[in-house]
Amino acid sequence: MKKEYSKKILDEISTKFPDVSIKIHAPRRIYIKISREKLFDFAKFLHNEKGFRFSIATGIDTRDGIEIIYHFSHDEAGTYYNIKTLIPKDDLKIKSLATFLPATNWIEREIHELLGVDFVGHPNLIPLLTAETWPADLHPLRRDYADEHKDIKISKNPWEAS
Amino acid sequence: MKRIVPIGPYHPLQEEPEFFKLIVEGEKVVDLEINIGYNHRGHEFISQTLTWDQVPFLVERICGICSDSHPYAYVLAVEDIAHITAPPRAQYIRTIIGELERIHSHYLWLGLAGHFIGYNTVWMWVWRYREPLLDLFELIMGNRNHYAINKIGGARRDILPEDYPKIREYLDLLEEKNAMFTNVILDDPVIRARLENVGVLTKEDAIAYAVTGPTARGSGYACDVRKDDPYDAYDKVDWDEIVFEEGDVLAKAKVRLIECNESIKIVRQCLKNMPEGPIETRVDEIPTGEGIGRHEAPRGEVFHYVRSDGSNMPVRHKVRAPSYMNIASNVIAVKGYSIADAALVLAAVDPCYCCTDRTFVYENGKKKYSGQDLLKLSWEKTEKIKRRYKK
Repeated sequence: MKKEYSKKILDEISTKFPDVSIKIHAPRRIYIKISREKLFDFAKFLHNEKGFRFSIATGIDTRDGIEIIYHFSHDEAGTYYNIKTLIPKDDLKIKSLATFLPATNWIEREIHELLGVDFVGHPNLIPLLTAETWPADLHPLRRDYADEHKDIKISKNPWEAS
Repeated sequence: MKRIVPIGPYHPLQEEPEFFKLIVEGEKVVDLEINIGYNHRGHEFISQTLTWDQVPFLVERICGICSDSHPYAYVLAVEDIAHITAPPRAQYIRTIIGELERIHSHYLWLGLAGHFIGYNTVWMWVWRYREPLLDLFELIMGNRNHYAINKIGGARRDILPEDYPKIREYLDLLEEKNAMFTNVILDDPVIRARLENVGVLTKEDAIAYAVTGPTARGSGYACDVRKDDPYDAYDKVDWDEIVFEEGDVLAKAKVRLIECNESIKIVRQCLKNMPEGPIETRVDEIPTGEGIGRHEAPRGEVFHYVRSDGSNMPVRHKVRAPSYMNIASNVIAVKGYSIADAALVLAAVDPCYCCTDRTFVYENGKKKYSGQDLLKLSWEKTEKIKRRYKK
């Protein structure tokens, strides 16, 4: 009972958002590139109108900037739609999805602390995983982190901090 | 007047690191703050420093209870990058282990839930019938846990034909006992009173918080990777997806109990139709690209995203455990219920903290609830209900 990806949805996406580029890697694995200005409306369209389930977001430090991939699952067709957007390193800002989609709350906090992306409009952008004593300007998943901060000392006692 | 009841940062009942800050008015929970991160081990980063074949052993150690799920999703992701299909026999072997793991994980939860509400007999009994399954794992793969069965392009170990009767024998025993547990637990008026209409998560909230697995299926949201996006042998066997509409703790328990029956069905069919042939394909190199692997773990969908640049290591490896979404939904599920129910509701999503692995410390000078206090509260409530039923 393999269900194929729905051509209809892809057509609808390309008429509503004409400047996206769609890549079909496998019948049920679709990658879509979109600019960061349009991402908020696009995610809203997928979740609220199409009923896609938000799965997770992945942040990647690349040469051109920080890439964020929002993974949405279309459960009826068993298809994954991966929405890619690139944020330039000199302006690490993107509109938060947590305002209409509470499921993105934790992952945006995680990407914020690990990669240093600022999610504008997030209700509570505090660190999720790192210790309270962790410096706010250090982002462990950045490519340049390991070279620049080899001998950083983190206080072991949280009550000694600040 | 609002008071704060801290549970954690070392959870007294589940003995795992996380922190729940219950904000209560009298007996009633009005708000909840969850903090994680006490046990962050940086798997995603370590994974980028290992070769393709080393990573399954690393991700296997993300979680001890669902240790098959993470390597399973990872190898599916890498196979997706390189467009590899595992040989049929390997697919059946991986499916069998995945389903047996589901049974052992659901039984672990069922035993703990029995313990939480003061039914220690349920706890002892359930775990008694979980034990032979661990022995079975040892027989098949040499380990009671951390089976290391998944490999890119196949399975690492074969299930020998002389072991089939032992697996079938256990399934027969389990089918009988599972029917007994289902009847005993669902017919007991006290257990019903403790679980029914407690910790309700509506379908709308389930979608907004994007929960998966039995937590979603207990709330009427049918999402099961094995049905939606079948992989390996799941589309070659006949089974049903279990969905209940109520969204309370009882619905989640029902989903898990009945799902065990479906797992027995799947394993039996796999053993019957097991194809002959090799258990692995040769994988020479992983091309540049990206892949997604999803596996329906006992707690929900495990999601792995892997990106390759053509070298012998992943460039980026994202891991999303189901508890990462499910635990966050507790904020809704626990509101409006008493502290005595809270311990049960917080455990109802079958949280796995080593998968989610996150938390913060609040020290406000007030008395912290210890594990014994929480158990006592919960057990007292059960006793009260029992007395009511005796009259």
